[in-house]
Amino acid sequence: MNAITRLATAVSLASLFPFAALAADSKGTVEVVHWWTSGGEAAAVKVLRDLVEKDGFTWKDGAVAGGAGSAAMTVLKTRVVSGNPPGAAQIKGPDLQEWGALDLLAPLDEVAQANDWDGLLSKTVAKTMQYDGHYVAVPVNIHRVNWLWINPQVFEKAGIDKAPTTLDELYAAGDKLKAAGFIPLAHGGQPWQDSTVFEGLVLSIMGAEGFHKAFVENDEATLTSAQMTEVFTALKKLSTYMDDNRAGRDWNLATAEVIDGKAGMQIMGDWAKSEWTAAGKVAGKDYQCVPMPGTAGSYTYNIDSMAMFKLKNEGDIAAQHALARIALEPEFQYVFNENKGSIPVRSDLDMSKFDSCAQASMKDFQEADKNGKLEPSMAHSMATNLAVQGAIFDVVTNFMSEKNADPSKAGAQIYAAIKAAQ
Amino acid sequence: MSIATVMTKTSPLDVLQRWLPKLVLAPSMLVVLVGFYGYILWTLVLSFTNSSFMPSYKWVGLQQYMRLMDNDRWWVASQNLLVFGGLFIGISLVIGVFLAVLLDQRIRREGFIRTIYLYPMALSMIVTGTAWKWLLNPGLGLDKMLRDWGWEGFRLDWLVDQDRVIYCLVIAAVWQASGFVMALFLAGLRSVDQSIIRAAQVDGAGLPTIYLRIVLPSLRPVFFSAVMILAHIAIKSFDLVAAMTAGGPGYSSDLPAMFMYSFTFSRGQMGIGSASAMLMLAAILTLLVPYLYSELRGKRHE
Repeated sequence: MNAITRLATAVSLASLFPFAALAADSKGTVEVVHWWTSGGEAAAVKVLRDLVEKDGFTWKDGAVAGGAGSAAMTVLKTRVVSGNPPGAAQIKGPDLQEWGALDLLAPLDEVAQANDWDGLLSKTVAKTMQYDGHYVAVPVNIHRVNWLWINPQVFEKAGIDKAPTTLDELYAAGDKLKAAGFIPLAHGGQPWQDSTVFEGLVLSIMGAEGFHKAFVENDEATLTSAQMTEVFTALKKLSTYMDDNRAGRDWNLATAEVIDGKAGMQIMGDWAKSEWTAAGKVAGKDYQCVPMPGTAGSYTYNIDSMAMFKLKNEGDIAAQHALARIALEPEFQYVFNENKGSIPVRSDLDMSKFDSCAQASMKDFQEADKNGKLEPSMAHSMATNLAVQGAIFDVVTNFMSEKNADPSKAGAQIYAAIKAAQ
Repeated sequence: MSIATVMTKTSPLDVLQRWLPKLVLAPSMLVVLVGFYGYILWTLVLSFTNSSFMPSYKWVGLQQYMRLMDNDRWWVASQNLLVFGGLFIGISLVIGVFLAVLLDQRIRREGFIRTIYLYPMALSMIVTGTAWKWLLNPGLGLDKMLRDWGWEGFRLDWLVDQDRVIYCLVIAAVWQASGFVMALFLAGLRSVDQSIIRAAQVDGAGLPTIYLRIVLPSLRPVFFSAVMILAHIAIKSFDLVAAMTAGGPGYSSDLPAMFMYSFTFSRGQMGIGSASAMLMLAAILTLLVPYLYSELRGKRHE
């Protein structure tokens, strides 16, 4: 035996030890790939981790920050391609179906039945979490997207006495704010923010049914209708109430403008509340949340969820199930949603712990669910896959930044872009 | 002679010594082969498949390339690359050569001044992009400063103007790279034989003529190297755009590298993304191959 072979043997023997040492470690390990990395979110995830570890399982944190989740998705894809998927990953909306179609997601029916998920979750939410009739993911929160955030002090200074409930009232308020020297509508010129405003207008002008046809069914007649022209005309009008320097601004900086009293309103989902809370403001007193004008009674949702991947190790599967169970338990649901600004996914929780915006959100959610006016947000990847969403983003964001864009052509452009992306 | 005797004759240390260079080189060789050429090949294969958010191997021929050709955003990105690349290379070269010629005049404190101009190159494009984003932002940068100083009519809103935003990228990139071009040319100028210049001076040629007619033409290889380096910086430019405009307003400052990243990784359209990556590679190769050809042929003649 020469030196090289001896060396090689020694190295390979040595490398076996750590694995041997690990194998007898815990009851099972669940690795979670997620991008809940900002202050409040990280704190909330830590609660989940503590609860999982209290049950004797090992939590392996796979937090990947950056790119609004696209960095984490890249990590996830790489690991799945190399045959080494994590136990759980933050995947949501129609993406669950795509992962499910690759036969990679593990059914959670056992946990779901034992904990009566069918009874706890709204049917709409439950359906989103299922692939082929089986639960493959556990929802953690419900965000409402069609909110309008108002700074009442600014409204008072501009002489506006009530929150706008229709688009005309919104324009009137905008004119008054502008005349008083405020930025009427705080906004960041990023594609998803542009589309958040756009889908709010679609919901306002075309209603929940039109919204569904446009974004879930991608129906040609709806997308190219006269109403869609109206939506884009309104979008152009709204953009005149935004400041000119908005290009590339992050949403939280736009929220800060409303908090600081530089701007009067912002159209944004309820994660904006975390900024208000961090600034020490109280809902209902220092700031107001009202449904995006013209969309009262309708509700566009954005639900985060954790999908479970198929694993072989029995202990790790047990850890997955524990994670799925704990994620829906009241303790985690309270902490997580208070930090995120969202509402719990289960309908049986006492909402008195939450602020008035969350209470209103819960009430509207249940009402909209009953009336069939609960719609998945397009701007937040709940209505379509990412390719179609990207196609819509391109048209909308280009429309917003182009000075002489034609509202009557934009709808047809969206339809063409969707067709090209499919 | 038996094998055993050979073994005893060459000690293990000798064997190690003979294999050591190969052993040390092997990992990096492997990394380059697999990580670079292997993945280029893989990307090429993916560009002919219907890969969406995960790689798949269902062959669709040139369909992804056709979709790319139909995509408005790709054309905006390509046009931007032409404008950005052309202006960036041109302006950097002119400024770089000019600075190099000035520094070549045996001035005092040359080392100090050279460092000042070279320093931006030490920054990463992310830093450059972020700094220039603030400088050019109409709400808080140069625009606001000059107006606060009383120049009320001043307006520098290129960063938020979709027709002009690309020039903002050029400004930042030129600021970063022209010092580097200067250093390249300065090194070249220093290698020019001084006796040629003196001979020209004796013949009565002025300084501009000496540089334009004699010195700079003799620096053709430096010129080529500079263009090559700047061209590939331009084509793979990603961090600058990401930091400065993120492609906006709208997608008006998108560059092919941004397009590729967004389609491959954020939008789950790996097929189109791969096709765009291959076109970028082709663009680099069309620049690189003639250059290498002329370079290598030149060497052989010497």
